[in-house]
Amino acid sequence: MQAITIQEQDNDFRAEVERRSGQSMVECYQCGNCTAGCPFDFAYDLPVSKIMRLVQLGQREIVLSCHSIWLCASCKTCTTRCPNSIDVAKIMDVLRHMARESGHIKERTVKAFEDSFLASVKKTGRLHEVGVALGYEMRTGRFLTDIDLVQTMVSKGKLSIKPHSMHNSDQVAEIFKRFNGGIHE
Amino acid sequence: MNNTVIAYYPGCSGKGSSAEYDLSTRTVLRHLGVDALEVENWSCCGSSPAHAVDHVLSAALSGRNLARVRSMGHDLVTTPCPSCLSNLKNAAHAVRDDDVRAKVNSLLDEECPTDVEAISTLQFFLEQVGLDTIQEAVVNPMPTLRVVCYYGCLTTRPPKLMCFDDPENPMSMDNILECCGIEVIPFPLKVDCCGAAFGMPRNDISSRLSGNILNMASELEADAVVVACPLCQMNLDLRQNQVNKACGTHHQMPIFYFTQLMGLSMGLSKKNLGLSKLAVNPEPCLARAGVR
Ligand code: SF4
Ligand code: SF4
Repeated sequence: MQAITIQEQDNDFRAEVERRSGQSMVECYQCGNCTAGCPFDFAYDLPVSKIMRLVQLGQREIVLSCHSIWLCASCKTCTTRCPNSIDVAKIMDVLRHMARESGHIKERTVKAFEDSFLASVKKTGRLHEVGVALGYEMRTGRFLTDIDLVQTMVSKGKLSIKPHSMHNSDQVAEIFKRFNGGIHE
Repeated sequence: MNNTVIAYYPGCSGKGSSAEYDLSTRTVLRHLGVDALEVENWSCCGSSPAHAVDHVLSAALSGRNLARVRSMGHDLVTTPCPSCLSNLKNAAHAVRDDDVRAKVNSLLDEECPTDVEAISTLQFFLEQVGLDTIQEAVVNPMPTLRVVCYYGCLTTRPPKLMCFDDPENPMSMDNILECCGIEVIPFPLKVDCCGAAFGMPRNDISSRLSGNILNMASELEADAVVVACPLCQMNLDLRQNQVNKACGTHHQMPIFYFTQLMGLSMGLSKKNLGLSKLAVNPEPCLARAGVR
């Protein structure tokens, strides 16, 4: 296990996480149940229970610059199993929001996927799978991503070049316009 | 049951990568006397990318659809997709808070209602159609077909929000398929995450997680895996070759939607169940089980 050098405690950070997630950090007594069940733990640089501890200790920089908060799949195993009923997955979500806002982007491909997905929805109201793939490739320069799947999908009639039609898709675009958050196209 | 009408939210994947789930769900519902009324002018629920970016945005994208359901005069909507369900339920729950509701409504043309509920189609089959009705419709049991049911992470989780089945050992799909005369073997990885959200950006991670599920199913000598989630299905079926490559395995494991097997047991045509749309060919497995 890696030792972490603690920095000066930033209590505003902890308070912000609590306010935005509606969870109380003091309730975590570090049992480790969340980490034990986390299917992504093998890929995390910081285990989820350790993230909980670091938020308690107001370690803004360390937490917001980790990879784990980008790799959490919101599977909610931690939330389901926490003996103190903490919505741990929601805290992971909030930390990712905060990392986005402050420009701590540790997993560029994950962010590119999310941005491409939402840009597609904004444009056509419904998700257009081809649009997401193209947007992702443009954002990352990984032009052959999933090219092996394309042939199968075409032959199964699952890939449409045109987005699925919807009336008033501008109503959905309006939601994004009003939201005006950190989605960069 | 006679002509129940239910508002139905297909979700975006139902119009593309999971067309066979949408088709087989509608086919079986119709066969059992349920009219699935597509939500008029529905839009994307935002799926996981929206809540990864902002909870209010996510609730607004889903809330728009709850408003559409309300405008049709319904207070219950069903969706086959657990990811859509999770978002719709989250939105319905979030707008009970006055502050959140104000923020969500400030993004919407039509206010998000507080009295519309969403349930999975799996839950609808179990609770509103009922096992008795399902069993009565079975004409073609498949006792030699051995399957495992894989629920994925979101179908029952988090339990406080989903309010359905057991979060660690769900049995709803097992029970439905047993009713259809299929052999269901206990599966220890029922609710483990398959990693589908990262199929595109971090294929190394999702391949490993999906590999675990396929390995376990084949160790248990299952003929097929049965799922209720379009993301799980796509990850295990369409990406099965990618998984094989990453894990050095040679699986050729058919991945059915539970509605497809329900339909087959009821003697419905393969065409109306979209069987030819599966990436891993299910025919050898079905032939062994005596389905023609
Ligand atoms: S399961 Fe809950 S109490 Fe235990 S370490 Fe994780 S967050 Fe803390
Ligand atoms: S929700 Fe995220 S942190 Fe929690 S168990 Fe799942 S992947 Fe791990």
